[in-house]
Amino acid sequence: MSKAVLALWHREIVRFLRDRPRVTGSLLQPVVFWLLFSGALHGSFKPGGMDYGEYFFVGTLAMITLFTAIFATITVIEDRKEGFLQGVLVSPVPRAAIALGKILGGASLGLGLAVVFLLLAPLAGVALSFDRVVAGLGVLALLAVAVTGLGFALAWVMDSTAGYHGIMMLFLMPMLLLSGAFFPMESAHPLLAWVRHVNPMTYGVGALRHAFQGEVAGVPSFAVCLAGTLLFAVATFALGTFVVTRRSARDAV
Amino acid sequence: MSEAPAIVASGLEFAYGDRRALRGVSFEVPRGAVFGCLGPNGSGKSTLFKLLSTLVPLQGGRVSMLGHDLATAAAAIRARIGVVFQSPAVDRKLTVRENLRYAGMLLGLSGRELGARSDALLAAGNLADRAGDLVGELSGGLRRRVELAKCLLGRPELVLLDEASTGLDPAARRDMWAVLRAQPRLSVLFTTHLMDEAAEADQLLLLDQGAIVAAGRPADLMREVGGQVLEVETADAPALLRDLEQQCGARGEVVDGVVRLAGERVHELVPVVVERFGARVQRLQLAHPSLQDVFLRRTGRRFPAAEPEPAPAKGRRRRA
Repeated sequence: MSKAVLALWHREIVRFLRDRPRVTGSLLQPVVFWLLFSGALHGSFKPGGMDYGEYFFVGTLAMITLFTAIFATITVIEDRKEGFLQGVLVSPVPRAAIALGKILGGASLGLGLAVVFLLLAPLAGVALSFDRVVAGLGVLALLAVAVTGLGFALAWVMDSTAGYHGIMMLFLMPMLLLSGAFFPMESAHPLLAWVRHVNPMTYGVGALRHAFQGEVAGVPSFAVCLAGTLLFAVATFALGTFVVTRRSARDAV
Repeated sequence: MSEAPAIVASGLEFAYGDRRALRGVSFEVPRGAVFGCLGPNGSGKSTLFKLLSTLVPLQGGRVSMLGHDLATAAAAIRARIGVVFQSPAVDRKLTVRENLRYAGMLLGLSGRELGARSDALLAAGNLADRAGDLVGELSGGLRRRVELAKCLLGRPELVLLDEASTGLDPAARRDMWAVLRAQPRLSVLFTTHLMDEAAEADQLLLLDQGAIVAAGRPADLMREVGGQVLEVETADAPALLRDLEQQCGARGEVVDGVVRLAGERVHELVPVVVERFGARVQRLQLAHPSLQDVFLRRTGRRFPAAEPEPAPAKGRRRRA
């Protein structure tokens, strides 16, 4: 089982590194987004009195984990189409190992890319300390597992990458937008304010803010954010494992 | 201890909703046999393959593979079989060796043992000098060899091949079978829609519309049809057949626009046809019965011309 997980994890990393456009896009997209948003909103938008570049820096970290998860898990659909997945399904590997390898692979990529982006922290005016980095990496790892688990579960039950893109725009993007990653949610319309509380990304982004920025107005306590993120990760991981072990009739393409 | 047969299947039933894909299929594959399943598209052979490869759960009937019950011990079966799908299950973005390494790790192999087995299989498949190439850059034939090496990595006792020679040129096909036949005591079950490939099987199952229409050694099946077959191609086949029946007392039929006469003395008709109807004949062929004739005899229909199977379900999924 452990060898199988290792093989599937390693495959994710190797395939990522070998895909130059994907590497370039993954590294530059968050930088570009961060530069554009913080540049455009620099003078006009100061959430909680903070410069927008600093505010959105943490949001960008959350965005990296989510986008990386999406691109990593969309390969599940490609693997199924290309036949690779069939080969894995008829090998003596326990189904749970497939979920584990794929989720850990995608989460590792997200964490790695987030670490690279962290190098820009001084530019954003985010002061890094040893404690902050350790706490931040812990939260990032948890959040990366959570969103990759979610992406995996969605991709596993999807038939087409186009359908997955639809779900992404309809479900995953709003999750990120309403999480406090791009703008504060505490003065939002009452309906959205309610959505904010049930949106698990809220707690991931909140935990990142606590780790990298300390107390920020309008964010639940660190303990609540951590518990929420942990629950998010455990739930999606369980969901990913569940879908993979279920519905075997569907695997016969 | 006597070895259990490679496969014993009895009363297999499978339906996609209302459509019955398998209707009471029973057969046995002895150890070491090369067992073929021949059938046109929609005959049920792909469904049979999916069942045996443990991809879909059994709906009706029983299957024992290598002594394990498919319904309850799929995991034990997976550890002892190798499967080659119609759509290549290799990762095109990885090298040949990487594909084998990951496949080996999925089987629980590692280190020196995995390296040694990979090397041996790469050598056997004449792939040693391509080990570092990306699979996506290989030709279809070479890719199939990688797939075969991957499938043999776990030293399976039974290999299942689904239309494995599709897209291969005759030389690549021969290569593939040479590698398979070189494995001692390996049992093979393969599906095909190619008559000549099916004729190479030790045992053959002829499937049509989810049911077995013939089973046995290909040579025996062809001999059962008996006599010879005379085929006459002409512009108006029904008219020629009518004339042949009225003027020569021949009995035959028109199949796919070709007049077809079968029997022990059908060769005697050759000079008659040439003399009386020579001007109308476009092609005349006298041959021993083929698997085509076996199929025709058993189903009353001609086996569809060898056309490639529909693309292996890209994105299409049947829900069972």
